[in-house]
Amino acid sequence: MNFLELIWLIPLFPLAGAALMLFFGKTLDPQPVSEVAIAPGVEPIYEHGHAHHGHGHDHGHDHGHDHEHGHGHDHGHDHGHDHGHDHEHGHAHSPLKFLINLICPGMILLSFLFSAGAVWQLTQKAHRTAEVIQFTWLAGLPFHMSNGQLATFHIDWGFLLDPLSSVMILVITGIGFLIHVYSTGYMAHDNGYYRFFGYLNLFVFFMLMLVLANNYALLFVGWEGVGLCSYLLIGFYFHKRSAGDAGKKAFIVNRVGDAGFVMGMLLLMSTVGSLRFTDVNAVLHSGAFTPEVAGVGTLTIISLCLFFGATGKSAQFPLFVWLPDAMEGPTPVSALIHAATMVTAGVYMIARSSALFELAPITGHVVAIVGAFTAILAASIALVQTDIKRVLAYSTVSQLGYMFLALGVGAYWVAVFHLMTHAFFKALLFLGSGSVIHAMSGEQDMRKMGGLKDKIPVTFRTMWIGSVAIAGIPGLAGFFSKDEILWQTFSSEKGSTILWAVGLTTAAMTAFYMWRMMYLTFYGKSRVSAEAAAHMHESPVSMTGVLSVLACGSVLAGWLGVPKLWSIFGEGFRTFENWLLPVFASGAGEAVKEVEHSAGLEWTLMFTSIAVAAGGILVARYFYISRPDIPESIAAAVPGLYRTLVKKWYLDEIYEYLFVDGLCKGGGNVLGAFDRNVVDGGVNGAGWLTRFMATLSAWWDTWVVDGTVRLISFVVKMASYPVCILQTGRVQAYAFFVVIGVLVFFGYYVVR
Amino acid sequence: MHPITTAHYLALSLALLLIGTVGVLTRRNVVIILMSIELILNAVNINLIAFSHMWQHATGQVFAIFVITDAVAEAAVGLGILIALFRNKETVQADEIDLLKW
Amino acid sequence: MLIDTVLFYIFAVMVLIGAILTITRRSAVHSAISLIVSLLGVAGLYLLQQAEFLFAVQIVLYIGGIMVLFLFVIMLVNLDQAAKERQFSGGWMVALIAIGAAGAGIGALLWRGFGSLHIPAPVLEGTPAGLGNTEQVADSLFSTYLLPFEIASILLLVAVVGSVIMAKKRI
Repeated sequence: MNFLELIWLIPLFPLAGAALMLFFGKTLDPQPVSEVAIAPGVEPIYEHGHAHHGHGHDHGHDHGHDHEHGHGHDHGHDHGHDHGHDHEHGHAHSPLKFLINLICPGMILLSFLFSAGAVWQLTQKAHRTAEVIQFTWLAGLPFHMSNGQLATFHIDWGFLLDPLSSVMILVITGIGFLIHVYSTGYMAHDNGYYRFFGYLNLFVFFMLMLVLANNYALLFVGWEGVGLCSYLLIGFYFHKRSAGDAGKKAFIVNRVGDAGFVMGMLLLMSTVGSLRFTDVNAVLHSGAFTPEVAGVGTLTIISLCLFFGATGKSAQFPLFVWLPDAMEGPTPVSALIHAATMVTAGVYMIARSSALFELAPITGHVVAIVGAFTAILAASIALVQTDIKRVLAYSTVSQLGYMFLALGVGAYWVAVFHLMTHAFFKALLFLGSGSVIHAMSGEQDMRKMGGLKDKIPVTFRTMWIGSVAIAGIPGLAGFFSKDEILWQTFSSEKGSTILWAVGLTTAAMTAFYMWRMMYLTFYGKSRVSAEAAAHMHESPVSMTGVLSVLACGSVLAGWLGVPKLWSIFGEGFRTFENWLLPVFASGAGEAVKEVEHSAGLEWTLMFTSIAVAAGGILVARYFYISRPDIPESIAAAVPGLYRTLVKKWYLDEIYEYLFVDGLCKGGGNVLGAFDRNVVDGGVNGAGWLTRFMATLSAWWDTWVVDGTVRLISFVVKMASYPVCILQTGRVQAYAFFVVIGVLVFFGYYVVR
Repeated sequence: MHPITTAHYLALSLALLLIGTVGVLTRRNVVIILMSIELILNAVNINLIAFSHMWQHATGQVFAIFVITDAVAEAAVGLGILIALFRNKETVQADEIDLLKW
Repeated sequence: MLIDTVLFYIFAVMVLIGAILTITRRSAVHSAISLIVSLLGVAGLYLLQQAEFLFAVQIVLYIGGIMVLFLFVIMLVNLDQAAKERQFSGGWMVALIAIGAAGAGIGALLWRGFGSLHIPAPVLEGTPAGLGNTEQVADSLFSTYLLPFEIASILLLVAVVGSVIMAKKRI
C-alpha cells in the first residue's frame, strides 16, 4: 500500500469518528436526564472526581478499593448513587458504550498507523516530500500582486507530507492515541462521554488538517478548527460558569491573534502570489527578495503578522492569558490540546514559514525576545501557583517560550525537537496530574496534598520521570532539547548572551517549580483531608499504562537529537536534526550560520545548564522538604513581589482595565456623547425631513397615484363586462366557443 | 359505382365528427357527452387509418393507437370525475354545473 | 373491388346510424348500445383498410374495455332522474347552426381536394419487407415512436391514479 498517496486519509479517520460520535453517540451512551440537570444550589460537578466521590461516603469507600485492586474501568459498575440523588442503579452504563471506546481511540490508532506507514515510506524517498492535491477549493480570480504582476487566487485542498509535518503527525496521532486511551479511563463516569470523544476526535482531525495542509489557507482551516474544538472542550463542563468563561476567553484571545494571521496571510498572497508552501518557499528562495537587514519591509510586516497569530495560538506574551484558564477543561484535554499539540501550532507554523522568517531578521529578534520574555514571565508565575494544573499550564507557556526563542534565533529544528520532547513529558505530567486529581477526588490545590508517593506509586514514578525530564537532567528528553536551545541561543549569530542568560534563569526556575510541585504533591507529610484520604486509590490500568508509555517516551525521545559534542554517539543519534534540516535549508544553499565556538565553551555551557537544573531541584528540596518555613518567610519578606506573581503580574487586570473597561466602557462614553449630539441630531433631522417628504408624498399618493390606479381599474372593469357575460361556467358553452373558433378558422381558408 | 377512395373515408370521418360535436354541445347528460367524445376520437382514427392506407405507411396506425390510449385515459378520468360529481352534486346534467369560472 | 365498396357503405351506414342513435337516445344504456354498433362499424372500416391490428384493438379495447366501463358507470350513477328531464340543453339550435356552418366549411375544403385524395392503385402486396400489419406497427411503435410509447404508458398510469382518487369516497 502506498501510504504517501493516502495521506489525505489520515485526517479523515478522526473525522469519521467525530461524525459517528456527534451524530450517533447519544444512541450509544444514553444518559438519564437527572444526571445532566444540576440541582439548584448544589455545586456543579467539577472534574469527574466530585461526580462520583463527592457525596455518598459510605458507598464511595467501596469504589476506592475496587479501583485499588486494579479492576480498571468497569462500565457495568454503578456510580450513580454517588450523586446524592436517589437512583440506586441510576445509570448502569449502556452496553454499547464499549463501542465508543473502540471507535474513537481506534480511529486515532488507524491514523497513527497510516502516518507511520507514510513516514516510513517518506524515509525511503530521495526527495523527502509528498504532496497530494485532492481537489481545488477556491479557484479563481486573477489579481494584481503588489509588484504589479498578475497572479491567480488559487487554493487547493492539498496535503503535504515532509519531514516537518511527518514529525507533527506522528506526535499528534501517537500522543493523541495515548490520551484517548487515557480518557476512556479518566472520563469513564462522566456525563457526555460520547460528546467528549466526538470533540476530541474532531480536534485531532483539525489538527491533522493543520499540519498536513499544503497551503496557508488550508492550514488556517485547521487552525480555526482546533480553536473551535479547544473552545468546546474547555467549556466541556459548560454548566459551570468559570468553564464557560474560560472557553470564551480562549476563543476571543485567539481571535485577536487570528486577525494577525489572516492579515499576514493576505499580505503574503499579494506579495508572493500564492499561499502554497512549496510556491512560497520557491519564490522566497529564488532571491527575488533580499533579506531586509535594516528597516521594516513587507516581509517583516508579513512575518510579524504571522507571528502575532502564533502568539495567540501558542500562548505567547501578550496573548498567553487564555492558556492557564483553559485548565477548566478536562485534564486529558489540557494534556492533548493545551500542552502537546494545539498550542504548538504556532511553532509549527513559524517553522513552516522559516524561509520567510529567514528573510526578516527583525522579526526573528522580536520572536526570540518575546519567546524569552514569555518563558521567564510564565516561569515566574509558576513559582507561586498552588493549583497543580496551573503550575503545569504556566510551565507549558514557559516551554513554548523556549520554542519561540529557538525559532527566533533561527534554530528551527531545535524548536521542533523541543516541541516533540515537550509533547511527551508535558502530556505525561498533565495526565499524571489528572491521575493525582483523580486520586484526590477532584482536589487540585497542592497545599492539600503531600505524601502521595506511596498511595499512588505508578503515578508518582511516572511523574517523577516527567519532572526530571522537564528539569533538564542529562539522559532524559528535556535535557537534550533544552540544552540545544540554550546552546543555539548562545552561539547562533542571531542569538545573544542576554537571551541565553534569560533562558538559563528560566531553566533554573523550571527545575525549581516542577520540583516544588513534586515535593508538595508527593513528598513530606500528608495534608490530605480525611474525606479525600478515604477514597484515595490508584487510577485504572488504562490511565497508568498510558503514563508508563509516556514515561518511556520522555526518557527515550531525546536520544534522537544528541548534541554534536557527544561525538562518541554516531550519526544515528542525531537523526532528528538530519531529518529536519533539509526542510529549513535556504535555497541559496547556505549552511547553518553557526558562529564557531570551541568545544570547551560548549561543554562549559552544558555543565552550567545541568548545574542550574540540579540547583533548582535542590533548592526546591531545601525549601519544601527540609525547611518548609522558608517559602512563607520569603513571601512575607517581599509581599509586593509575591502578590504580583500570584496575581500573574496583574496581566488579566491590566487587560481588563485597558481593553474591557478602557476601550469598551470608556470608549462607550465618548461614543455616547457623539451619539447624543451628532448621530441623534442627524437622526432627528432626517426624521423631520422624512416626515415632511411623507406629507408631500401622501398628497401625491392620494390624488395622483391612487387616482390613476382607480381610473385604470374602472376602465378595465367596464371593458371586461362583456367578457364576464361569456363566462358561464358551463363546459358546453366553452365547447361551443371552440366550435366557433374552428368555424372561423376553416371559414378563413374557405373564403380565401 | 365509384371505387372507394380516401375522400370517402374523410367524408365519413367528417360526418362522424359533426355528429359527435353535436352530441357534445347539445346533450345535457354528461355520460352521453363522454360517449360523444368517443365518437369524435373515432372520427380522428378513421382519418388516420385512411391516410395510413393511402400512403402505405404504418405511422398513421401508430398514431391511432396513441389516440386509443388517450381515449382510454380520458374515459377513465372522465368517468371518475363523473362519479365524484354525482356524489357531490346529485346530478349528471352538464348545464346544472357551472364550476368552471371564478 | 365491388365487395369492398359494398362493405364500405354497409359499415359507413352502421357508423352513422349508430352515432346518431347514440346522441339522440333518452336512455343512456340505449346510447351505449348504439355506440357499440357505431364502433363496430369503425372496426370494420379498419379491416377494410388492412389495419388488422387496429381492428383487434378496436374490438378488444373499445368495445370490450371502454364500453364496459361506460356501462358500469351508468349502473353506478342513478340516471333515472336524468332520463325524465329535458335531454337537450337550451342553446341546441345555436350549437347546431354553428356546427353545421363549421361542417360546411370543412366539407367545402374536402370537396375542393377530392381529386387529390384518389388512391392511384391499391397496392395489395405493398408491405415493404413483406411484413404483416402487426409487425409493421410494432416496428414503427418500438423504434421511431418508442419515447411517445413510454410517455403514453405514464399517461395511463397517471390516469389510473387520477381516476382512483376521483372515485374515492373521501378525497
